[in-house]
Amino acid sequence: MRKILIIGATSAIAEAVARRFAERSDALYLVARNAQRLQAIAADLGVRGAARVATATLDVADFAAHAAIVDAAERELGGLDVVLIAHGTLSDQASCETSVEDLRREFDVNAIAAMSLLTLLAPRFEQRKSGTFAVISSVAGDRGRQSNYVYGAAKAALSAFLGGLRQRLAKSNVDVLTIKPGFVDTPMTAAIANKGVLWAKPEQIAAGIVRAIEKRRSVVYLPWFWRWIMLVIRAIPEPLFKKLRL
Amino acid sequence: MPALGASWGRYPRATQEIRRLHWRDERLPQGAGTLLPYGNGRSYGDVCLNDGGTLLAARGLDRYLAFDAEQGILRCEAGATFADILDLIVPRGWFLPVTPGTRFVTVGGAIANDVHGKNHHRAGTFGEHVRCFELLRSDGSRMECSPTQNAEWYTATIGGLGLTGLVTWAEFSLQRIAGPWMTTRTQRFASLDEFFALSATFEQDHDYVVAWVDCAARQSLGRGVLIGANHAHAGASGPTSARRLPGVPFTPPFSLINPLTLRAFNALYFRSAREGDALSHYAPYFYPLDSIGDWNRIYGPRGFLQYQCVVPPAHARAVTQELLGRIAASGSGSFLAVLKVFSERRPAGILSFPRAGTTLALDFPNGGAATFALLDRLDAIVAAAGGAVYPAKDARMRGERFRQYFPRWQEMLARVDPRFSSGFWRRVME
Repeated sequence: MRKILIIGATSAIAEAVARRFAERSDALYLVARNAQRLQAIAADLGVRGAARVATATLDVADFAAHAAIVDAAERELGGLDVVLIAHGTLSDQASCETSVEDLRREFDVNAIAAMSLLTLLAPRFEQRKSGTFAVISSVAGDRGRQSNYVYGAAKAALSAFLGGLRQRLAKSNVDVLTIKPGFVDTPMTAAIANKGVLWAKPEQIAAGIVRAIEKRRSVVYLPWFWRWIMLVIRAIPEPLFKKLRL
Repeated sequence: MPALGASWGRYPRATQEIRRLHWRDERLPQGAGTLLPYGNGRSYGDVCLNDGGTLLAARGLDRYLAFDAEQGILRCEAGATFADILDLIVPRGWFLPVTPGTRFVTVGGAIANDVHGKNHHRAGTFGEHVRCFELLRSDGSRMECSPTQNAEWYTATIGGLGLTGLVTWAEFSLQRIAGPWMTTRTQRFASLDEFFALSATFEQDHDYVVAWVDCAARQSLGRGVLIGANHAHAGASGPTSARRLPGVPFTPPFSLINPLTLRAFNALYFRSAREGDALSHYAPYFYPLDSIGDWNRIYGPRGFLQYQCVVPPAHARAVTQELLGRIAASGSGSFLAVLKVFSERRPAGILSFPRAGTTLALDFPNGGAATFALLDRLDAIVAAAGGAVYPAKDARMRGERFRQYFPRWQEMLARVDPRFSSGFWRRVME
């Protein structure tokens, strides 16, 4: 039985991952904004076999509350083995182009909140010399594109942060996994019509995350083909890139 | 998998807005236009379609609320499939109280169509095992319904074709099993008379009884294979669970089912049936077609029509004979026709289909006007005998027939949510 903290536990990907943990009789501490929905998930995971499920509400933009949540999770479960950070918002690019307030909020939620939580958690894992941080970044962070560069920039910052943290914690035997999903068909992306062949189901992404944690991978693109798509997108020279509509 | 918003028979086609549900505390979409819950698209015709309206796609509601592993009581959201549930309960010694021939139905769909299975003579319909559920209406109100609480909504919703509102969660009883194995007994019969005699005998010591009947034979009309089964006792174990066979990867440009392949297949099935006792895993026993993904594609781009009727006991023998004769003469008809005797029980819902008598189910490739004319003729025979046709499998019965088959239909009118409708409902209410 492992002890697992999930931030953003009501996201579709996080819930699908949590089901896999529950079926392996892990103990879970679920954190999200909506108490009622947390309860719905907690009851479900209990039936699926979780050794124990506790929940707490948190708006990740409330940085002052981060330390208390981390303490509560450790206290409730008696330590932590895995932390999955899965919260996020799909930024409204248009509003971020005119509102600095919106821009900062997107950064707070999609980048700085995760960095804050990891900053609080890292010394504890470093001391115990074991454990895994699995953090959902995005392929959008691999190159800024006009359609969502605020979201992309926040995820790029997060990916860079995770790269550094991984190097730092490697000598303490702590794994840091950067998860880069492509298009995933979830409530977060419900507003996008015309979902083509590149879209994946949250269950597929969840299976990839669990496998990557087990195999102690560093960076994982999900599904796998995004590694190659992003390789191509990153390689496009700027003069050409400027003319594309991506 | 069928495309979201299609039905299993792939006829008729409908254009509708799809609204996916993820949380049972969500409100239903506001505004104009009609709504209809949609589970996993396993009903055949248009009870799960809402052309020009909105489908409330409920597969995202697939959470468990509670499982009492001592008493065998499960409470789950309505979008959970029987396949999901079996994976959870079978290893813990429980089984569904009643199951149709596919495990890819949702709990909500099983309630809305008050589905039955091979154990109808012992256990009745799925609805009879539903202890309670929550009904969400378009005005935002929520009602807990059970045989004692909001009972009039309970009986309207079971078998109510999704028209009374959205079932968000349901609680139902399970049956104890010792393991995943089934003991089966197979015996051929040469005529309908033999079928009725044999079925009555099998029913005495089998929880599950069903027959496959050759609907293409001209000389030996009414021959078939009867299979009885029970959940095996502790200690039984057989060959490991069924493999998943390759599915049908694409829709052929025309139906692969024609008079020639039909007669050959039926004759082969009859001759190759292995008589006697055997042990089988529950999956191939209950769900033989589930192992062939997208089998509905074999009927080609025009899709197919299912026809399932029930004929009261007094006329069962003669009318079944007449129906089979008509079908065989037409050269149309399905790979396998299914024959089963329903027992006399108090129906769980106002519009529940099963009732005392003999039920016959088959599918027909959609051959256009000729197929529809044949089914209309079958309807005339069934109606004259005081029988009924199953809405979950229907795409074409006329309103006047529906109202004959389901004489309590007017009781539904006060229970149908003002914003809910379906292709089926609009058709039969015309």
